[in-house]
Amino acid sequence: MILLYDSSFEGFLSVVFECYAHKLEPADVCTEESFQISAFSEKQFVPTQSSQAERVWKGWQKKLSSKLKQLPYQAFLSGERGIEFKLLQFARLSFTSPEPVDTNFGDPVILEIRKAARRVTQEAMRMIQFVRFQETKDGVFFSGVSPRYDVLSMTLYHFKNRFADQRWLVYDMKRDYGFYYDLSKIEEVTLNEKTFNVRDGRLSPDILNEGEVSYESLWNQYYKNITIKERLNLKCHKNHMPKRYWIYLTEKRNIPRSI
Amino acid sequence: MDQSIEKKLSILADSAKYDVSCASSGSNRGNAKKGIGTAVGCGICHSFTEDGRCISLLKVLMTNHCIYDCAYCINRRSNDRPRAAFTPIELANLTIGFYRRNYIEGLFLSSGVLKNPDFTMERMVSVAKILRLQERFNGYIHLKAIPGASNELIHEAGLYADRLSVNIEIPTNPELKRLAPEKNHADIYKPMGLIHKGILESKEERKRYRKAPAFAPAGQSTQLIVGATPESDQQILTLATNLYSEQRLKRVYYSGYLPVNEYDQRLPAIKTPPLVRENRLYQSDWLMRFYQFKANEIVSNAHPFLDLDVDPKLAYALRNFHLYPVNVNTADYEMILRVPGIGVQSAQRIIQARKFQRLTSMHLKKIGVVMKRAQYFITNNELPAAIHDIAPERLKQQLLSAEVQKRNPVFDGQLKLFDFTVPNKLVQANRERFISH
Repeated sequence: MILLYDSSFEGFLSVVFECYAHKLEPADVCTEESFQISAFSEKQFVPTQSSQAERVWKGWQKKLSSKLKQLPYQAFLSGERGIEFKLLQFARLSFTSPEPVDTNFGDPVILEIRKAARRVTQEAMRMIQFVRFQETKDGVFFSGVSPRYDVLSMTLYHFKNRFADQRWLVYDMKRDYGFYYDLSKIEEVTLNEKTFNVRDGRLSPDILNEGEVSYESLWNQYYKNITIKERLNLKCHKNHMPKRYWIYLTEKRNIPRSI
Repeated sequence: MDQSIEKKLSILADSAKYDVSCASSGSNRGNAKKGIGTAVGCGICHSFTEDGRCISLLKVLMTNHCIYDCAYCINRRSNDRPRAAFTPIELANLTIGFYRRNYIEGLFLSSGVLKNPDFTMERMVSVAKILRLQERFNGYIHLKAIPGASNELIHEAGLYADRLSVNIEIPTNPELKRLAPEKNHADIYKPMGLIHKGILESKEERKRYRKAPAFAPAGQSTQLIVGATPESDQQILTLATNLYSEQRLKRVYYSGYLPVNEYDQRLPAIKTPPLVRENRLYQSDWLMRFYQFKANEIVSNAHPFLDLDVDPKLAYALRNFHLYPVNVNTADYEMILRVPGIGVQSAQRIIQARKFQRLTSMHLKKIGVVMKRAQYFITNNELPAAIHDIAPERLKQQLLSAEVQKRNPVFDGQLKLFDFTVPNKLVQANRERFISH
């Protein structure tokens, strides 16, 4: 049997609950959209139930070591194929053991979960590193990005602390939603009218603040001058800053391809 | 003083680039009273230059005018270069502008010595002061302490900065005097000792009063130039280990000497910086800081220089073959760390995972151990005993040839055949064509 859910994390937790409640042994767990009809297996849709999800999450938390409380959620965010089934296996492993099992790197399921979670947290870190803000005429600092995973929510705490005295908006162009900070709180927003390039997240020139262009050219100037030409090491350069982020980076946009 | 900011920035960034340090780590500064900025303990890199180094801080000089004439320095007074100087306000505005756009973690301010050390230091401190007090900036500030500046100024710098540093540059005093007659080690160690004392006192104070002012909370660091003078790696690493243990430095940076003043006869005539040696020194530094090695285990009177062919940990393992193989299922963490091919992360994972089951080679590989190297130095009751019967000299050759194969694929053999008959440039061009992506 294949269990289907509505693609939310709560929905997935409801699936875990269902498996325990009705002693189900599904062959796979997947979202409604990704389900492909096959003649040999029956399917069952599990509706999302907040209260059940809550119970599973609370119980699961008790079975995770203190530094890894978010592990299942992070791995889930990776959205990789088959991650739900692995998470279900991980849940079973967690619930059957009296001690946390999340440090058992010898177990292939746990290792996979840890690796998926790492890819997600790394992407969040990369957003914190490589997001570039542009100031608009009305003083909002805007940044449009398309992260590989849905990680913007993981960066908000950092940005809110850091840029507490400026209004900012980070926007996920791939998933078409973003977060706006208005000096007191953060709100989730969806922009109906796109005043930016939906590919590279650059604001259109007519709404840019006056000083913006000069700061960008100063930064590019700085970037050019801080490089030591005698020590060029493009491989290392690309390892640290993979090419897929260059499109957002002020300093990498206008430089002719030397690689 | 009528240059544009852009001009100044390019001159003063270009002059500052030879300082290799760019860390923004070690300080957890919260955002006080809704000002701007935070400092994150692990440090954040916001960009990377094409030479592969991280850009975390806006690294510039206050000015590149200098009264000194050090042979190894691009900014020495006898060089005919474009000169510039920032005013404190300009620099503060630039920092804030970059920071708000998430380009940087903060400011790394160094300077040539203008007029005298006190005058220079005062201008640098005033930048930090503007940033902290007027702009309410809580990001990272790294200031260079200028040797010869007054104690009061150095102390004031420590109150505003996250990290302070004094560059030693040349590892031994006689060599320093030869290349920079106006400087000596005693003058450099004085501010270093002062900063060390300041940090200790402030830590003590903060234990008693939580709100006592922090003094350079991210500690201090220094830089050594490698290859400009004939010191051995043993001298360099011994100096570094003393700095770590006595002055409690957070980091010692090693900078491979770049021939910036080729005309100066006191300097060695080299064309390219000694990058491999620099890399080996960093590897040794890592062994001392994260792998619980001591300097005299890495270099000794018998081996004063690091082996450039193999990394220092492998070299250690080959010299101390009697300590291996290590049983990964029973050995201490310290010993597992000493296995070539196992890093800190793998070692920690091994310790955690072996509580659940005995680890096989399959497990180790998945955990992230580089089995190609590690297999000769570990046992887990599963690897064939024959691997451990190789003599260290042969093992080194074997591992080296595997590396070479990895670096230069397929075409290498053929190119070697041509090496003697084809002019070097052509070989170079060929090689680039094969390797390019």
